[in-house]
This record gives sequence, C-alpha cells and structure tokens, in this order.
Amino acid sequence: MRVALLLGVLILGSTGGEIAITHGMKATGEPERLRPRELFEFLKRAMRNGWFWAGVPLMALSFYSLLVLLSWRPISFVIPASALSYVVGTLGAKYILREDVSPARWIGVVLVCAGVALVAAG
Amino acid sequence: MGHELRIRIKTLVMILAMVVCANAGDLMLKRGMTQIGAVEISASGLQHAFLATVTNGTIWIGIVFLAGFMLSYMTVLSWADYSYVMPAGAFGYALLTLLAVVFLHESVSPRRWTGVVLICVGVLLVGQTRPRTTEPVAREPREVAA
Repeated sequence: MRVALLLGVLILGSTGGEIAITHGMKATGEPERLRPRELFEFLKRAMRNGWFWAGVPLMALSFYSLLVLLSWRPISFVIPASALSYVVGTLGAKYILREDVSPARWIGVVLVCAGVALVAAG
Repeated sequence: MGHELRIRIKTLVMILAMVVCANAGDLMLKRGMTQIGAVEISASGLQHAFLATVTNGTIWIGIVFLAGFMLSYMTVLSWADYSYVMPAGAFGYALLTLLAVVFLHESVSPRRWTGVVLICVGVLLVGQTRPRTTEPVAREPREVAA
C-alpha cells in the first residue's frame, strides 16, 4: 500500500514537474541561436518564469520518493514500475499542454514504456 | 533547408546532447561515489560523505554533465513537444545497454535485448512525428494582462 502510494507520488511528481517546466519553457521562448551568449540569456529568462519554479520542487519531491522507494524495493522493481510515467506524461501532454499526440506517437510511447520496463527488469 | 527539417535536426541534436550528458553524468557520479565508498547513515557519517563528495573532482565532472543535461532539456522543450522529447530521451537506456556490451563485455539477457529493440522501434516511431504541434505562446503573458 505505501509502495503504491509513493509510486504515485513519484510518477505524478516527475510528470507534473516536467509538464510545468515545459509550459514555462514554451512561455520563455526558444533561444535565437544555440550559442553560449544566447543560451545564457535564455537561462536568465527561464529563471524569471514562475512555471519553472513550480516544476522544480515537484521534481525534487519525485527524486526523494525514488530514493525512499529504492530503499524498500530492488531497482528491478522500481524502474519498470516508474516507466508508467511515459504513459502518464503523454496523457498530461495531450490534455494539459494540448499537444497533438498522433496514433504513431502513442504506439511509440507504449513501446518505449514496455521497453524501459524490460531493460530495467534485466 | 526547409523550416520543418531545420527544427527536426535541431531537436535531434539537442536530444542526443541530453542523452549523452545524462549518461556521462550518472557514470561519473557512480565512479565518484565508488571512490568515496559506502555512506554510513549517521550524523558523522553523512557529514563525512558530504565533505568527501564536494571535494571529489569526479563528482564535480558528473555535476557539470548533469547541469548540461538540464540546460539541453530546457532548451529543447522551449520549441519541441514534451510528448516528443520524453520518449525520445529513453534512447539512453538502449544506448547504455549497447555501451555495456561493446566496452564492458557484459552479457545481456534475451529479456533485456527485447526491451532495447522495443525502445528503438518506439523512439523511431515517435521520431518521425512532427516535433512541434502547439503554437508559440505569448512571451510575457502577465504584461499583456496588465
């Protein structure tokens, strides 16, 4: 029960954090060129974005749940179980970020999810 | 060069940078922590581990790589879809297995090979979709509202 609960925190924390950061980065706007000067300006703009700072604690929360989970269960259980975040993240991308997830992309995501689970399970 | 093709190439280069930085960073942290040895969970043990990590050069190289990962991740998300970048990043797991076989001569179970193949097919499928499906958002929405 507590494992399932923490797994939920891990998955929702990482996907929620990444969705907030994605939203923040889209609002920041892409750097004009991929050169150190423009990247530095981009980073400064990103740091002023509230969504970026909403995402960071969520990702930190998910990182700590990962550490705690790893102290309870072997890595060959934890990583395959957390691979579910690929599917949860895609749902978030579709319904929260309003991205157009085509059937090809869905099939790809499901294959990646299964693949990560198999690789981590050894 | 077409606009669409330019975005595609730029996105793939950044995803490659992400995957390389994340793997190199993890590898350096692992190597650094092995030099330090097992951490003892007590006040003095944690204090010792903290001092040992912040003075370890390998750990710092790892941190620089992970910062590089974060920067390339943030940069690519400023133009590409989350649902495009996230699954493509899983290519790192497949790459790690291939590196382990080629350089460390590790033996890999059939189950793990199946996983590597699934990841590669999945990443190829996602990779041929359009990297960006949303419109750019206004840069400073708060100023517009005011």
